[in-house]
Amino acid sequence: MNGFRLRRTLLYVPGNMPSMLQNIPIFQCDGVMIDLEDAVPLSEKDAARILVRSFLENYRERNKELLVRINPLDSPRGFDDLKEVLPALPDGIRLPKADTPEIVETLDTLLTEYEEELGLELGRFSILPSIESAEGIINCVKIARSSPRLIGLAFGAEDFTASLEIERTKTGEELFHARTRVVWAAKAVGIQAIDTIFADAGDMEGLRRETELIKKLGLTGKSLVNPRQIEVIHEVFAPKQEEIDYALQVIEAIGKAREMGTGVASLGGKMVDAPVVKRALRVLKTAQAHGMVDVELDEEVIYGKE
Amino acid sequence: MEITRKVQAGTLQSSDLMIFLEPADALVIEIESTVKAQFEHLIRARIEAVLERHGVRAGRVRITDRGALDYAIEARMETALKRAKEA
Repeated sequence: MNGFRLRRTLLYVPGNMPSMLQNIPIFQCDGVMIDLEDAVPLSEKDAARILVRSFLENYRERNKELLVRINPLDSPRGFDDLKEVLPALPDGIRLPKADTPEIVETLDTLLTEYEEELGLELGRFSILPSIESAEGIINCVKIARSSPRLIGLAFGAEDFTASLEIERTKTGEELFHARTRVVWAAKAVGIQAIDTIFADAGDMEGLRRETELIKKLGLTGKSLVNPRQIEVIHEVFAPKQEEIDYALQVIEAIGKAREMGTGVASLGGKMVDAPVVKRALRVLKTAQAHGMVDVELDEEVIYGKE
Repeated sequence: MEITRKVQAGTLQSSDLMIFLEPADALVIEIESTVKAQFEHLIRARIEAVLERHGVRAGRVRITDRGALDYAIEARMETALKRAKEA
């Protein structure tokens, strides 16, 4: 169960707006991404990074994961952002335009330098790279392996569709292959796949449909732009009671099968073997993270003891 | 440090404040605030602390406050001072 952290909802908070920053403690999302990039005009970059640093220094009792989206590392601004905000100890950095593994490696090296300078444990700062261009999608398999600091891959559809010179639609057919590739790249190394924002904060049904779709594809959370979107996303990601009940039955069935010396069981006429148990375990871990069940489980349940 | 040019920092959104800073012979702090009656002395103390930390002894500081908390007051004042000394 170690290292399993819910990241269903990662909310962007504009870095130059005190009224939004100081609401961070009360937002019900799993994490926030304080934005120094797109939400801040060029003339206010200096002011935003000082404001964010000051806010973080004063936000001592942290109750959610805190990432800072810096400016891309292709200009001095991204470097200035790191210098100002890292001493105020965010949990990690959301890296825009992470088009190649080399860009992530550059950030990894910088973070190591800051950790040494600040006397912090190495690896303390995490990285969530934005996969948001055709190049990024092509390279995301390598990007996923580019640093042990990665907590996931975050797909960014707005910039991605811009790089493809196409419109983004609410049904998302144009994103299907890209999303799938991000999921594969992330799952292959055991990190999370975080979906893009849904820009229309007034369309809750559209948001729900999109979240249901990405959950089916294997993405485990979404970036979001408006706190009103949190509840819908959490509802979609919460395991249904039937799923939990079934998962518990699966675990019970396989346990009984093992006692009888076999690795396969039948439950309601359907075969239960290791992959089914693995999925059940995943449901229960998620349910546990939602506080919906309290069970002791470990990987041993999948294959039994040696 | 010395204030050598006219700058501004901050915004007029709620929970923020706007600071105008300009050179002057003595230190003058003028505060306009939606919560002036209750909080003027606290805003002033916070501004003075930042000025003190940066060794500013002279300059005209005009504040239009929209209910900013301490961390925002400090950040905006620091930004103004940083801008005032940049060439």
